[in-house]
Amino acid sequence: MNSRFLRRCGGARGPLGSGGLSARTGVIVWGVVWRVVWGVAMALTAGEIPAVEIPPAVRAAERARIEAIARGSRAAVAIFAGEAGGGSGVLVSADGYALTNFHVVQPAGVAMKCGLSDGRLYDAVLVGLDPTGDVALVKLVGRDDFPFAELADSDLVEVGDFCFAAGNPFLLATDFRPSISAGIVSGTRRYQFPAGTILEYADCLQVDAAINPGNSGGGLFDAEGRVIGVNGRASFEKRGRVNVGVGYAISSNQLRQFLGCLKGGRLVDHATLGATVATADDGRVVVSDILESSDAYRRGLRYDDEVVSLAGRPVRTVNALKNILGTLPAGWRVPLVYRRAGRRREVLVRLAGLHTSGELAKIVSGGAEAETPGEGGEEKRPGRPGDPGPHGDGKKPEVDIPPALAGLYEPRNGFTNFHFNAVELDRVARRVAARHPFPTGDAPWVLSGRLEKGQPFRIELSDQRATIDLPTGTSSLDATGELDATPAPPGSGGLLAALVLWRRLLREGPATLGRTTYWGTVPHWSTEPPTGAQAGAGDQTAAPGTRGGAPLVDVLDTAAASVEGRFLVADDGFVLGIDLWPTPDADPCEVRFSPGEGGPTAMEVRHGDEVFGRFRIERIDVEAPAGDGQDNDAETPADGGTT
Amino acid sequence: MRTCAMPETLTRGASLLAFVVTAAIGAVALLGAVAWGATPEETIAGGARRVVKLYGAGGVRGLEAYQTGILVSPQGHIVTVLSTVLDSDGIDCVLDDGRRYPATLLGADPRRELAVLSIAGEDLPCYELPMVDEAASAQAGTPGGGVFPGTRVFALSNLFGVAVGDERVSAQHGVISSIVPLEARRGAHEAPYRGNVYILDCTTSNPGSAGGALIDWRGRLVGMLGKELRATATGVWLNYALPVDEVARGYRSVLGAGVDGAMAPSETDGLPYDVAPLGIVLVPDLLDKTPPFVESIRDGSVAAAAGLRADDLLVAVNGRSVASRSAVQQRLAALADGDPVQVTVIRDGGIVECDLGPKPRAGGKP
Repeated sequence: MNSRFLRRCGGARGPLGSGGLSARTGVIVWGVVWRVVWGVAMALTAGEIPAVEIPPAVRAAERARIEAIARGSRAAVAIFAGEAGGGSGVLVSADGYALTNFHVVQPAGVAMKCGLSDGRLYDAVLVGLDPTGDVALVKLVGRDDFPFAELADSDLVEVGDFCFAAGNPFLLATDFRPSISAGIVSGTRRYQFPAGTILEYADCLQVDAAINPGNSGGGLFDAEGRVIGVNGRASFEKRGRVNVGVGYAISSNQLRQFLGCLKGGRLVDHATLGATVATADDGRVVVSDILESSDAYRRGLRYDDEVVSLAGRPVRTVNALKNILGTLPAGWRVPLVYRRAGRRREVLVRLAGLHTSGELAKIVSGGAEAETPGEGGEEKRPGRPGDPGPHGDGKKPEVDIPPALAGLYEPRNGFTNFHFNAVELDRVARRVAARHPFPTGDAPWVLSGRLEKGQPFRIELSDQRATIDLPTGTSSLDATGELDATPAPPGSGGLLAALVLWRRLLREGPATLGRTTYWGTVPHWSTEPPTGAQAGAGDQTAAPGTRGGAPLVDVLDTAAASVEGRFLVADDGFVLGIDLWPTPDADPCEVRFSPGEGGPTAMEVRHGDEVFGRFRIERIDVEAPAGDGQDNDAETPADGGTT
Repeated sequence: MRTCAMPETLTRGASLLAFVVTAAIGAVALLGAVAWGATPEETIAGGARRVVKLYGAGGVRGLEAYQTGILVSPQGHIVTVLSTVLDSDGIDCVLDDGRRYPATLLGADPRRELAVLSIAGEDLPCYELPMVDEAASAQAGTPGGGVFPGTRVFALSNLFGVAVGDERVSAQHGVISSIVPLEARRGAHEAPYRGNVYILDCTTSNPGSAGGALIDWRGRLVGMLGKELRATATGVWLNYALPVDEVARGYRSVLGAGVDGAMAPSETDGLPYDVAPLGIVLVPDLLDKTPPFVESIRDGSVAAAAGLRADDLLVAVNGRSVASRSAVQQRLAALADGDPVQVTVIRDGGIVECDLGPKPRAGGKP
């Protein structure tokens, strides 16, 4: 028997002094009931199913299902937003990060109480928001060993798969143990129209497991108890706001794509291609309008081009394109395949944001009332006037931060909770420092080696100057002032400026760079698809999944010395590349390093559609040539480890 | 303490029992599925290829402009429910692979509220409707098809119109809860069908679900999802399906009446037949599709003798559905003088057949 249950009973009975009698009566009544139940069971099994010999395979399947549901239940979170109601969430990491819906946390504000199936109540703080996708990330505090569920690959989910939802429908769970509803996946890659510009459910999973008010934000699990989605919406229409066997969940792959940005405490936006498409008479999906300021336009996409695939997924209908775009964060770079006059072209495009940061902030603070879609249903109408906005909006919101959450919230424009940005920035900075143990002295760095065709090159980076010697000539840049003057060397888009920032990051960390923040994660395309035309290659696209098989890597954003830079950092801390914009809304200089044990062994530089150069780095000298005795010859082979 | 604990334990005992029974049923189903060599995912995918999304009239408040249909012949015959969605000159039919065809209404069985459409496709994936042995099934008194309460099923339908283009229709899972005669109504009128239906434990009474396929775990078609109806007794929305044998009967009756009989001449040929010789006065033809209500019946006429009454709604002439006043006149015009005339009307929520005898000459006196 549940000990807590017994305690509660004992507590209630004790003062009345009737415990003994009740217990005695209970034994008798229970005995009778048990005999009746057993008798019925025996009669049934004897009458209809002569021998209940359940095959081992069925027992095993049943056991596996019970275990999966137990796993899912442990990761389920009951979120309480005070008088405004509440909903559900699902833990995705041992340190307490839990995913839920934007429309669940919005009435709650920055701090909320979360119950787990162990019956305990935890404090949680809002970390990141994606209002367009109806996603929020919160962090529970008080433990570093929270039970959590793994995010599965939702692209592998098939219609007919078993699934279950674990959540808090109608806020029934007073002991925080989730309600389970089981079903099958009814549809995949469904598109549910947004309310205005937010709460768009693209590429979502449709299930017949009961999704009721209060299930919002809770996990949708597969047969192994892994998260395949976050439930957030259901079709209700005529029958009142209860389940009719049609629920929708945000796919785990979309969640994974936003998770990095959300962990950085950001207010995340969704992507737009900068072009609209329409279905032509012959069924092709063609560009019907395109912004000349978009990256897609700069990469060559024009009116009437046929869109073949985006992010590795085929585009056969207008809905398919909406589905793909709706799962991508603004700022991502993904492959686009289009066709013009029978010629197939493959490019990488940077996706712009759907909203301005001001618009997003307004939505989050409740200024822009989000209309509840007629068909879809949200548990709570977002944006009640008078509720404290979860987003700081520049000024400190009037919220009571419980002592347990002290120091875990910092409002800042453009962010949901800037505290977590500092946490992520620190994490990445530590990794970078550990992976690149360069000396902190002010000696210049000299990179030397050969270009693709064998000609030598030499790059010298110091605190004062950056100089590059190429067969075509020598260029240099004053490293002490603004870096946006003239992108040098010519044609590179700003290689020297990028390398100056690179050296500063590796030597002294992000603190010296200027205004540097953690951006999130992006797919890293190790071999960039060929720009320019590629005829007759067929329409086969990359591996399934929007990431197209590219690993997600951390990104640091920096604005320093009048330029904007973006660093790509691998899991081991190696700086994989830099994108540097001397001027915004133009093509950046893209530098990609090949990892060696110490420093990079090769460097590829691109600008726009052109490869500026491929550099084989043979030596990196990071010490003053004339200095202390034994370090006199501190030149090291690039892959031999530096200092 | 046990007094407190008991109810919970009792529940546990009951759920244990339920679990044992469920597991046993599950075992049978699971073993069966293994033996048939198809996963639920494959079964659903196979079924969905034979289910089409239909788009027609509607779109105004409370009336959806979409529903579902089932392909039942490689030449493109589709069965679906008879509804206002079909009350359109342009019915669009979208297949599982995204192919789109205009569909024409071949005819309808007003009793079963079943319609047959046709699309100009070839080699289409389809279900084969069973040949029903009337005598045997009448004797057994069951709908046949090896379906019983407890049979596990999947419902495949275009619910909420959520699947468009080449997107697959939605799949729901459930069991057949019971097999009972339909006693249902929609709005004020009762449903005309009185035979057995399968009551389901999953919510299929959703907009757009009507006409969807109910298949068992072996992938066989066992029924067609019915229209949105409420139980006469309780007012609860019914989740039910028309058994496949009834679907087959309805389909064949439409083909029999339609293709071999009155269907042949085009509806638009010839002048509209004046119903006056039959003794029927229809309501004035004011709309594009005025419902063919009987305004009055002349005393002593053929119609009066056949039992027709004022306020009857004509739904079929010689087994073919008539959606409007002009359709009644055109259908009658298509018959030769002297052909037998049978009309089907809805009266007080029920279906009434009236035999009017040989068709009188137009303009002649009864």
